[in-house]
Amino acid sequence: MLMGLSDDQEFFRQTTERFLSEQVPPDALRALRDDPAGFDAAYWRQGAELGWTSLLVDEEHGGGTISGAGLEDLSLVAYEFGRHAAPGPLVSTNVVAAALNGSDTGPEVLGGLVSGQQVATWCAPVLGAGGWEPTVEAVRDGSGLVLHGEARPVESATQADHLLVTCRQDGGVTQVLVPVSSPGVRVTPLGTVDLSRRFGSVTFDAVSVQPDAVVGQAGEAAAQVEWQLRLALVLLSAESVGAMQSGFDITLEWAFDRYSFGRPLASYQALKHRFADMLTWLEASRAITGAACVATQQQTEKAAELTSAAKAYSGEYGAELLQDCVQLHGGIGVTFEHDLHLYLRRVIVDRATLGTPADHRRRIGALVAAKEGVAA
Amino acid sequence: MSALVADEGGVDDVEDLASFRDRARSFIRTNLRRLTPEELRAHPETGDDEAELAAVARDREIQRMLFDAGLAGICYPRAYGGQGLTPAHQRVLNEELAGHEYPVRTQIPNLSPCAVTILEAGTEEQKSRHLPAILRGEELWMQFLSEPSGGSDVAAALTTAVRDGDQWVLNGSKVWTTGAWWSDWGLCLARTNWDVPKHRGLTVFMLPIHQPGIEVHRIEMLNGSREFCQEFITDVVVPDTDRIGDVDDGWSVVTRWMFHERMLYTSPFVTEPVGTVHGRMDATAVFDIARAAGLLDDPAVRELVGEARMLELVTNEVSQHVGESIRSGRLNEQAAAIVRLFKGTTSSRLVTLAFEAAGAEGAAWSEHGAASLSAVNYLMRQAGLIGGGTTEMARNVISERVLAMPRERTSDKDVPFRDVPRSRPSHG
Repeated sequence: MLMGLSDDQEFFRQTTERFLSEQVPPDALRALRDDPAGFDAAYWRQGAELGWTSLLVDEEHGGGTISGAGLEDLSLVAYEFGRHAAPGPLVSTNVVAAALNGSDTGPEVLGGLVSGQQVATWCAPVLGAGGWEPTVEAVRDGSGLVLHGEARPVESATQADHLLVTCRQDGGVTQVLVPVSSPGVRVTPLGTVDLSRRFGSVTFDAVSVQPDAVVGQAGEAAAQVEWQLRLALVLLSAESVGAMQSGFDITLEWAFDRYSFGRPLASYQALKHRFADMLTWLEASRAITGAACVATQQQTEKAAELTSAAKAYSGEYGAELLQDCVQLHGGIGVTFEHDLHLYLRRVIVDRATLGTPADHRRRIGALVAAKEGVAA
Repeated sequence: MSALVADEGGVDDVEDLASFRDRARSFIRTNLRRLTPEELRAHPETGDDEAELAAVARDREIQRMLFDAGLAGICYPRAYGGQGLTPAHQRVLNEELAGHEYPVRTQIPNLSPCAVTILEAGTEEQKSRHLPAILRGEELWMQFLSEPSGGSDVAAALTTAVRDGDQWVLNGSKVWTTGAWWSDWGLCLARTNWDVPKHRGLTVFMLPIHQPGIEVHRIEMLNGSREFCQEFITDVVVPDTDRIGDVDDGWSVVTRWMFHERMLYTSPFVTEPVGTVHGRMDATAVFDIARAAGLLDDPAVRELVGEARMLELVTNEVSQHVGESIRSGRLNEQAAAIVRLFKGTTSSRLVTLAFEAAGAEGAAWSEHGAASLSAVNYLMRQAGLIGGGTTEMARNVISERVLAMPRERTSDKDVPFRDVPRSRPSHG
């Protein structure tokens, strides 16, 4: 990631970087604090025009990549989203777009996602001791299905037009595309520390779903879900790396500019060593996220453990790095007027979304055990 | 480094990677033994002097075979017996050697930093005399760099060389030379001028280790290893032709020497088969220890195994990523210290994870095995944060040379070295 970019990729990254700098500078982010949507519809449509929602979608559906490796291109957008703590349902929309791209279901929804006219989000399973577990159950009812259960947290649930719901069904996994307006669907906003990202809880109370809403094969979506999770983990990790970079850059500049006892902070060895550790965490996060991205793009057999390693490492050290940045700022670092918290908020939320670092360490542990022939 | 190594694909007559791979593979299959899983995981040190000398002899023999097959010194110039190939070729060789015996004792510090330093700073005569001999496995070199008084402050060397016509007389002591008792030559930093500031009175020499006047003592470490040595140098005569670099300009040689030491983790000048473990703790070791202790069903222990594997995966990527970043110019050469710091702190954490996974067996064991190994490794945990330059020094390099933060204040600038305060000898 961010290594050996082609000229086209670098141009693409810079375009998003410029757009975000102009559209959502820190003051604009602060102003979003009490905005129920967390992002502006016109902003999202313009972002879609820049390519934010089309990179995991085939050309025949209106999508296309920059480099031929759509996830690698998209990771550049995610990195810039982290660097700018940018608003917008980047991860959820792209995961749903990627899922619909591979199925015949909801072509008009896919078109709406690519153009930025519509927003869809993913009611994802949760990561537990035994692996990924859907929290919504689908029961056969005639030719259709009936959904029960609750999914949370669901990104941009109150802004979404459609939900991709991962359900357990008779010991298998089924995914369905459900309009938010369906009877029995109830969306409740949740609280979060992020200023520009919104989450909701979605409950399904006997929600009827027609057979044509099933994405892929009923009962056989487990591999597809695993792939969606890997996409999301790569994007969340790339976002964290971007937020780490911004926090680090701001704090490095501060260390040179801020004088105490007649010396810049950057001249104190106790602080210099902290910066050395932070740079090491940042480069390590960048390295593992890049490897996870390539492995997921190429669907290699190491993708499962690399994506969890990227999420666990960037989650753990992303938060540590930003907290250290706050510490190095002193009191100003815990004020709302300073910009640092924008990135702290982003890494905190990314850390806790789709599996904590501890969850992912356990997942990797289970993969090691499986390789050694010991059951999870 | 860029000046030394041929550009990848930039030279017309460079052998293409595919045919190089075929050539390496067929040599390896015909000549080198496949190691058992136990051998692959074990520390290369045998713990027995006779066996150690046999292993040294075998390593020299394999080094010679590699040389004869055109597989030694991949990134060394052809003029000195190397192959004149690229880091990409070295990576291919590392991949093809995975799971096989290889000459571990001819690599670090022999091929780098010692031979690389000779290549960069030696005279034509010195390079022609020593580099082919090193690549053939006939000469094994060690670093006579650290001193009992010095630690990380390498430039504060007290070992002294006094000129006597066209030769020099050396006196002093060097320490932390791995395997000096079975090696041939030392690359030695000595003080040649006490009346100028610290860095301006040093000179580098080369000297045969086994000669009257050099006494080699072996140091016993906490884990029982006796591979580290200390040398006592008394009136050792070195001809001026065995001086490397200019008189009193040794620090410019040492700067590059230490750069190559920091770059070892990504160096194209040494061979390390992919997946080499060398007794280091990794996820498989943590898993085996937990299994032996009967703790595998504990979810907390499973998480430790997962953390170990995570760190292993990140470590692999960090080396490659920082190496690429330096080659592309995104980071400067000093960023090699990032890899050193990461590997140090990570190896320490892995050792802790392994000890945790052993549970109470780590305190008292009934038979020698995984648990006792984890305890002894834990006893030695800090070694990974000390050897090859402490992590504190790496943090200084990163903050000062990568991030351009102000240098630490020192009391040894612009004063004659003889006036610089130093440790009392008894505190060696």
